[in-house]
Amino acid sequence: MNHWIIAPIIVPLVAGAALLVLQGAEAHTKRVLSLSATTALLPIALMLLSAAASGEQQTYYLGDWPAPFGIVLVLDRLTALMLVLSAVLALASLFYALAGEDKKQEDFHALFQFQLLGINGAFLTGDLFNLFVFFEILLIASYCLLVYGGGAPRTRAAVHFVILNLAGSSVFLIALGVIYGTLGSLNMADVAVKAASADPHDTGLIRTAGLLLFVVFALKAALVPLGFWLPSAYRSATAPVACLFAIMTKVGVYAILRVHTLIFVDPSDGTYLLAPWLLPLALATLALGTIGVISASELRTTVSYLVVVSVGTLLAAIGLFSRDALIAALFYLSHSTLVTGGLFLLADLIAVQRGRDEARLDRPRAVHQPILLGTLFFIGAVAVSGLPPFGGFAAKLYILKAAQGSATAPWFWGAILVSGLLVIASLSRAGSAIFWRTNHSAGEAHPAQRCQAVSTGTLLAAAFLLMVFAAPVLNYAEATVEQLLHPSGYIEAVLSDRG
Amino acid sequence: MEGLFAIVVGGLVACGVYLLLRARTFPVVLGLTLIGYGVNVFLFATGRLVTGSAPLVLPVINSPPDPLPQALVLTAIVIGFGMTAYLVVLALKAYGKSGSDHVDGGPAE
Repeated sequence: MNHWIIAPIIVPLVAGAALLVLQGAEAHTKRVLSLSATTALLPIALMLLSAAASGEQQTYYLGDWPAPFGIVLVLDRLTALMLVLSAVLALASLFYALAGEDKKQEDFHALFQFQLLGINGAFLTGDLFNLFVFFEILLIASYCLLVYGGGAPRTRAAVHFVILNLAGSSVFLIALGVIYGTLGSLNMADVAVKAASADPHDTGLIRTAGLLLFVVFALKAALVPLGFWLPSAYRSATAPVACLFAIMTKVGVYAILRVHTLIFVDPSDGTYLLAPWLLPLALATLALGTIGVISASELRTTVSYLVVVSVGTLLAAIGLFSRDALIAALFYLSHSTLVTGGLFLLADLIAVQRGRDEARLDRPRAVHQPILLGTLFFIGAVAVSGLPPFGGFAAKLYILKAAQGSATAPWFWGAILVSGLLVIASLSRAGSAIFWRTNHSAGEAHPAQRCQAVSTGTLLAAAFLLMVFAAPVLNYAEATVEQLLHPSGYIEAVLSDRG
Repeated sequence: MEGLFAIVVGGLVACGVYLLLRARTFPVVLGLTLIGYGVNVFLFATGRLVTGSAPLVLPVINSPPDPLPQALVLTAIVIGFGMTAYLVVLALKAYGKSGSDHVDGGPAE
C-alpha cells in the first residue's frame, strides 16, 4: 500500500490538533505550523497526481481491513486532480491571510486545517458513510470560519447556512439508510456492484436513494433551487475563507461525478439516473447566476454570483454526460476554481482600499493602487468570463463544441453564450465604476501587502498557465474521463485481493 | 411492528419539517432535532427489525443482529448532537445581534 495516500488527511488533522493544543502560543508559532502543513500538502498532492497519472487506481485500506468491510481510500485521477486544486487554493488563501486576517479570529489556523481535512477526506474516501463524516467535518469548520466577527448580516447568513446544511445532512442519512437497507453495503465500489445486479423489486428504492443523494450534493454545489444560500454566505465571509470556499461547491460537483458515474448507472443501456435532471437544473442555475451578476451592486456579491455561474456551466457540461463534455467540464473546473478564488481575494483588496465605501459599485471613491488592482481585475475579469488568452476561453470552447449534435444544443449554446456576454458587460461596468468613474480621492492608504498581491496574482496567473499547458491538462482530463466512464477499473481496484 | 415503526418515523419527520418551516430559531432547532431522531430511528431499522435476537453475538443464536447500523446511528447521533449545540449558540448570537428570533433576523414586514 502507498501510505502517502492518507497524507492529505493526516497532515491537516495533526496540524489542526496541534494548533488547538498550542492555543496560547504566539501567533508566529501558529503561522509557521499552519503554513508549513499547508505547504506540505502541495508536493504531496503533486506526487499523488503523478502516481495517479500512470492510470493505476490505488487503494488504501484503513487498518488493513479488506474492502467491503473496512473503510477504503481510493486515489484515482479525479481525486488527485481535486487534491492538487485544493492544495493550491488553500496555500494561496492562507498566504493571503498572513497579512493580518488570521489574527482577527482566535482559532483561524486550526479551523482552516480542519476544513482542509474535511475537503481532502471527501475527495479521497471510497465509502459513502465516510463521505458523510468528512462532509460534516468540512461543514462544521466552515460554520466556524464563516461566523466569526461581523454584525447581524454575517450572523444571519451563517444561520441560514447552518440550518440548510443540517437539513441536508438528514437527507444524506436517509439516503444512506435506504442504500444500506436495500443493498447491505456502503462501500462505493461494492454498492455499485450490488446495485447493478439488484432485484428489480428494489430498483425504485435505489433510484430514490440516488436522487436523495443528488439533492444533498446539489445543495453543496448550490444548484437551483437549492443554491440561494451561497451568495449571502460567500459575500459575508472574509476573503481567505471565501477563497477557500471556492472549492466547497466543487466538493458537491465532485461527489455528483463520483457517485453518479459509479453507482447510479443503468447496467443494461448505460444511461445515468441523473441524465433527465441535471442539464435543465444547471441551465436554470446559470440563468440565475447571470441575473445575480448583472444586478449585484457590490463586487463581492458579483464574485459570489460568478461562483453560481461557474457551477451552472460546469454542471450543464456534466449534464450532457458525453465523453467530450466531461473532459471540457474537468478543464473548466480547474480553471474556474482558481479564478473565482483569486477574484474573492481581489475584491477584498479593493474593498479595503476604498475604506468605508468598500467594494460598492455605486460609490466614486478611488482605490489606493489603481494600476496594480486594475491590472489584476482586468486579468480576472477576462479570465472568468472566458475570453482569450486564458484557460476559460479554451474550456468554454470545448464545452460548446461538446454540445454539438445533441438535441439540447440550442438551449445549451444560447444559455452559455448569452450568460458569457452578460458577465462581460457586468464586469466591464464594475471595472469602470471602481477604477475610472472615481472622484480622484487618494483612497485609504492600505497598500496591498506583498503576500496579498502575490497570492491573488498567483491564482489569476493560473488561468493563463492553464492555457499555456492546455494540452497536458486536457490529456489528463481525457484519461480521467476514461476512468469515470468505465467504473469497472475502480471497482476492481477496490474489491480485488491485495497482492 | 413494521407499520408502527414506519408511522413513528414518518410522524417524527413530519413534525420536524413543520417546525423547521416555522422560521423562528427555537422551533427550527426543535424541528431539526425531531428530524434527527426520525433519521436515527430509520437508520437503526436498516439492520432489519427482529424480536428475540441477541444484542450482540451469542453462540446459541444463529443469526446475530447486524452491528453496522448501530455504529452508523452512534456516529450520526454524535454529529447531530454537536451540530445542534452549535446551532443553539449561533441562534443565541443571532438573537443578540438582531434582537429577533426570526431566522431572517427581523420580524416579517
